Amino acid sequence: MDPATLAENAAALANEAQRLAGELEGVAERAAALAGEATQVVATSAATGSDPFVFLFTVFVLAVFVGYYVVWSVTPALHSPLMAVTNAISSVIVVGALIAAGPSDFSLSKFFGFLAVVLASVNIFGGFIVTQRMLSMFRRSK
Amino acid sequence: MSSSVSAFAYIIASICFIMALRGLSSPVTARRGNLFGIAGMAIAVVATLALPQVMSFGTIIVGVLIGGTIGTVIARRIEMTALPQLVAAFHSLVGLAAVFVAAAAFYAPETLGIGTADDIKTASLIEMSIGVAIGAITFTGSVIAFGKLQGILSGKPVVFGGQHLLNLVLGIVLLLLVVWFVTSESGFVFWLIVILSLAIGILIIVPIGGADMPVVVSMLNSYSGWAAAGIGFTLENPLLIITGALVGSSGAILSYIMCKGMNRSFFNVILGGFGGEAAGPGEDMGDKTVRQGAADDAAFIMSQAKSIIIVPGYGMAVAQAQHSLREMVDQLKTRGVEVRYAIHPVAGRMPGHMNVLLAEASVPYDEVLELDEINRDFTMTDVAFVIGANDITNPSAKTDKASPIYGMPVLNVEESGTVLFVKRSLASGYAGVDNSLFYRDNTMMLFGDAKKMCDDIIKALENI
Repeated sequence: MDPATLAENAAALANEAQRLAGELEGVAERAAALAGEATQVVATSAATGSDPFVFLFTVFVLAVFVGYYVVWSVTPALHSPLMAVTNAISSVIVVGALIAAGPSDFSLSKFFGFLAVVLASVNIFGGFIVTQRMLSMFRRSK
Repeated sequence: MSSSVSAFAYIIASICFIMALRGLSSPVTARRGNLFGIAGMAIAVVATLALPQVMSFGTIIVGVLIGGTIGTVIARRIEMTALPQLVAAFHSLVGLAAVFVAAAAFYAPETLGIGTADDIKTASLIEMSIGVAIGAITFTGSVIAFGKLQGILSGKPVVFGGQHLLNLVLGIVLLLLVVWFVTSESGFVFWLIVILSLAIGILIIVPIGGADMPVVVSMLNSYSGWAAAGIGFTLENPLLIITGALVGSSGAILSYIMCKGMNRSFFNVILGGFGGEAAGPGEDMGDKTVRQGAADDAAFIMSQAKSIIIVPGYGMAVAQAQHSLREMVDQLKTRGVEVRYAIHPVAGRMPGHMNVLLAEASVPYDEVLELDEINRDFTMTDVAFVIGANDITNPSAKTDKASPIYGMPVLNVEESGTVLFVKRSLASGYAGVDNSLFYRDNTMMLFGDAKKMCDDIIKALENI
């Protein structure tokens, strides 16, 4: 190999290296930008409280207020049906029971889930039916 | 179904539950409200069954069939007079279900999405222990309330020395156990929390007397809601949290209304010991004269009246007199007498109990008025007919500062022309207070069983 070809090859390699370096720089720049964005997302989410507890607690507090205003508007004559129906809807705890009883393999957890499904079902059926029975008796004078 | 679709379904279910409560603002919309409640529950159940975690349906179907059958049969057969104990029994089931769901979550955290075995999220552990504690307290508390209402247990308050101190100590021990549980994540401590909470549930209800059961039932209603909300936090499920909060605030408001109806603070009721003492001041009333009448006299007086207000109490429910009472009123109405009913907030054994019993006897709800609506009308009324009520008509609540029921709002029956008071004997009411109404000149006592008295008055009216 003559020195001229060598020098030519070396120059080509150097060019290639320079191009690659340039590309890498671009990649690095993009990576830096992404990292920056990610930090920003984390920071904003921390600031707005995306911790599930904070979100759930917000829901809870608002629901207490909704409950407060809705229940004060219930006529005293219907306070018994109110208790029966709130009893029925508090059995929505069946949602947790269904998930627990859902897996195909038997486990202690599935057993507890089953028991909770039975108890909650008594309440759901019993609560809504007895409410309906009570309400169907309330009639206006002819 | 993806979890975001089910989350959407849960919001719809929550709205249905809010509409169910909203519907109860009037008897006209109430039935539709109940249908909203049923729809909400159906949506919640279907959305949950469609989740990928729920793979086997056999167990679930068996569970729903067993529970659904029991619930349906009980709800169809129950006598309306037994409503308070039914509601108490139902509350106990919500409490126990909360305990079981928490136990299921503890033994299979992966299934319920709160971490892995031995590495459950700390927040979930705290929420789980709170949920399970409230659930267990609701369970035993409701069982005791059920026993007292059903008459299996004595309605007398059980009080002993150092009671409040014991409860306080147990409460502190419970807190320490929660801390231990969160740090150790041990199943042993989990069940210790359950057992201790079960004991606390019993201890906080036994000192509360039979007459305060309306407050207790409302309070347990509230607890069952908070238990559901606690489990909702554990499972990070907004539907459970929203529903629990609705039920919790509903029970709290009812407790408040009941306490106000007795002019007692919530803590005074909770600390208990009221309503069991033997009637102290009742004995020196012996020399006072009581005017006694028979069914014929009552029939004559009422047939001559223009307006009558009926004041029912729990005694009417015990004697199952509501149907006979309504027949008697029908007789009077055909003679052109105006008849209305006055309901005291704490009449009966649960909020609104009297309204349901009168509705059951086909009394139109627009003839049934609340204390605030009707109390001014007694002065313009010829006859007040008190049946099965006592303390809620006692005028000494307005005048006698020494009376245990001083300050309690009462129906001003003594302002009417004549008071007809149906009662078995001169015994005092649940508060253990003698009723000065018995000895007034315009009062006529009608001694006997409430149902029989109404039947006799009906017969006498037919002959006039």
